[in-house]
Amino acid sequence: MAEITRLIHEYLRHDKKFPHVWCPGCGIGIMLGALIRAIDKTGYSKDDIVLVSGIGCTGRLPVYVDFNTLHTTHGRALTFATGIKLAKPRLKVIVIMGDGDAVAIGGNHFIHAARRNIDLTAIIVNNNVYGMTGGQYSPTTPYGMKSTTTIYSNVEHAFNISELAVTAGAVFVGRGTVYHAKLLDSLMEKAFAKVGFSVVEIISHCHTQFGRLNRMGTAVEMMQWQRDHSVTVEKAAQMKAEELKDKFKIGVLVDRELPAYQDEYEKVRKWAKGTEKR
Amino acid sequence: MKKKVQKRELLLQGNEAVVEGALKAGCNFFAGYPITPATEISEILSVRLPQLDGTFIQMEDEIASIGAVIGASLAGAKAMTATSGPGFSLMQENIGFAVIAEVPCVIVNAMRGGPSTGLPTMPSQSDVMQARWGTHGDHPIIALCPSTIRECYDLTIKAFNYSEKFRVPVLLLVDEVVAHMREKITIYEDEDVEIFNRVKPTVPPEWYIPFEDTPKGVPAMANFGDGYRYHVTGLTHDIRGFPTSRPDEIDPFIRRLFRKVSQNFADIQIGEFYQTDDADITIIAYGCVARSARRAAADGRERGLKVGVLKMNTIWPFMRASVEKVLRTSKVVIVPEMNMGQISREVKRVNKGDAKVFTINKVDGKIITPQEILSRIKEVY
Ligand SMILES: Cc1ncc(C[n+]2csc(CCOP(=O)(O)OP(=O)(O)O)c2C)c(N)n1
Ligand code: SF4
Ligand SMILES: [Mg+2]
Repeated sequence: MAEITRLIHEYLRHDKKFPHVWCPGCGIGIMLGALIRAIDKTGYSKDDIVLVSGIGCTGRLPVYVDFNTLHTTHGRALTFATGIKLAKPRLKVIVIMGDGDAVAIGGNHFIHAARRNIDLTAIIVNNNVYGMTGGQYSPTTPYGMKSTTTIYSNVEHAFNISELAVTAGAVFVGRGTVYHAKLLDSLMEKAFAKVGFSVVEIISHCHTQFGRLNRMGTAVEMMQWQRDHSVTVEKAAQMKAEELKDKFKIGVLVDRELPAYQDEYEKVRKWAKGTEKR
Repeated sequence: MKKKVQKRELLLQGNEAVVEGALKAGCNFFAGYPITPATEISEILSVRLPQLDGTFIQMEDEIASIGAVIGASLAGAKAMTATSGPGFSLMQENIGFAVIAEVPCVIVNAMRGGPSTGLPTMPSQSDVMQARWGTHGDHPIIALCPSTIRECYDLTIKAFNYSEKFRVPVLLLVDEVVAHMREKITIYEDEDVEIFNRVKPTVPPEWYIPFEDTPKGVPAMANFGDGYRYHVTGLTHDIRGFPTSRPDEIDPFIRRLFRKVSQNFADIQIGEFYQTDDADITIIAYGCVARSARRAAADGRERGLKVGVLKMNTIWPFMRASVEKVLRTSKVVIVPEMNMGQISREVKRVNKGDAKVFTINKVDGKIITPQEILSRIKEVY
């Protein structure tokens, strides 16, 4: 059996849920492929994986895959995931969010999950827009771009999701694009292997909303834009600030060791029971 | 040989009794955000839960707290959070999630005066209707309300039991007086307390239908990680848990959510009649006001007035049958409440005209006294 056929049979739900909701050409599908390939590499049993999402086009992803899946409320996926992880630490909990989900309505949960270093992997599809509701601007819509609620031009400044995660305390932060599918596989594999709060930001495109309003062309042209505007972390280190002006870095942005929350809390239990002294 | 009874005599605050009840019920997960007058529940559980291998976490806000509670419950924990008005408002969206996804959990709301930041340190009963309708969308809800420290303990256990039995979020409405007041209670460790745990599927995973329409209305619940992989969503879903917009799937689903509560009204309705059989005047009261009502009735009887009390411990679903009974047998029904009239509206709604219904509404942060109830009786009877 071809590898792809095996993965499809193994991980996609066959009962009822296709065709999917996404527009033809949407980047979320590429991300789904990478996710499945990376999960397959972890060796986890499907029973031990929980996929948690919020609301949005990205948030629709878990329904299609054969794990324990939880589609929560807009922005709150990390909070539900926190409860699951603490109640059953042996589960591998992966959180899938859109940019609005993760850093607008869910921004507070995002920085606090990172600060706590709770053992979750947050995968964020950053398409610079609220896709599901029809293309309104999000906290990652760049200054000067159009959306259906910034039709004159966006005068707010965008968050850099990955840098936010680094600053807030995530132990692993990687950024890729849906153009660089292979890189996504490896970033996710690394994130899944990490104990603690790990983040993979995926630059994607919403050609039907953001792309159309900003005359960025087809899905393919938007992916070419991703290719032309990204530089690997290694290459960026050799480049001058000037050359990096309209570029974003891809690759591993941070990989550091810090004790994860549930291991720290295990200490609290020992102190509470008096089996260990503080 | 006589069996040695493990007895603990405790002088407890309402919030402490809630904690004791929760632990007795098997609570092993708490997530919360500090707020007066519920803070003690967090503080005590932060000490007790880790001793018992449970988990306490202080989240970044109340939205996160209820989210974590729902997540923990889906993974198999018995989970609770506690808050007051401002936090209760923040929790509403996710309380609706627990309703539609049928996730057992307990939410304590130590009521303060409001709206907004309102009266943090003073009692109120103004969240009765928010408890009923706070989250959007049509839904059933169970809300319990203690008036003594013993009831704080007992009703917290009941709250967990109902949540597990019916797969619903259960609200415990405590007021500031009951939360902070101290009374002696005796807890027998080997007391025969019924503890109910969610029914788990017994079929193999490939046969499991997570949101099956059973006669009881409550499908078996698999915990995440138990080998039953299924989908949980806040979208209206079919019996397998997958989103649906088919009218023929939506209608039976929403009706089942109601049915699993309405079918069990008899089990859920907790209250007490005090001398209502011969009463001309019945006071319908709940929470701290039920205490004043008892006293007012006793004083009234001493003065030759036939006064009785219907104490409601179940606020929602509304104790219609019990209320109708006293409306039929009494000439006058008085509903004293520390709000502008929330339960009295329900009483009036079910009144067929047999009794006259009068209210006492107090919203100044002070408890309604027995004297105030007595003078209202004199005024109207
Ligand atoms: C509390 C709440 N507010 C607003 C919405 C409406 N809403 C649904 S999806 C969405 C934005 C989604 O954007 P993003 O998270 O970037 O995901 P995308 O669709 O782009 O993948 C909004 C605002 C909602 N579902 N819940
Ligand atoms: S609206 Fe945009 S983000 Fe949503 S599926 Fe379509 S292309 Fe993708
Ligand atoms: Mg988006």
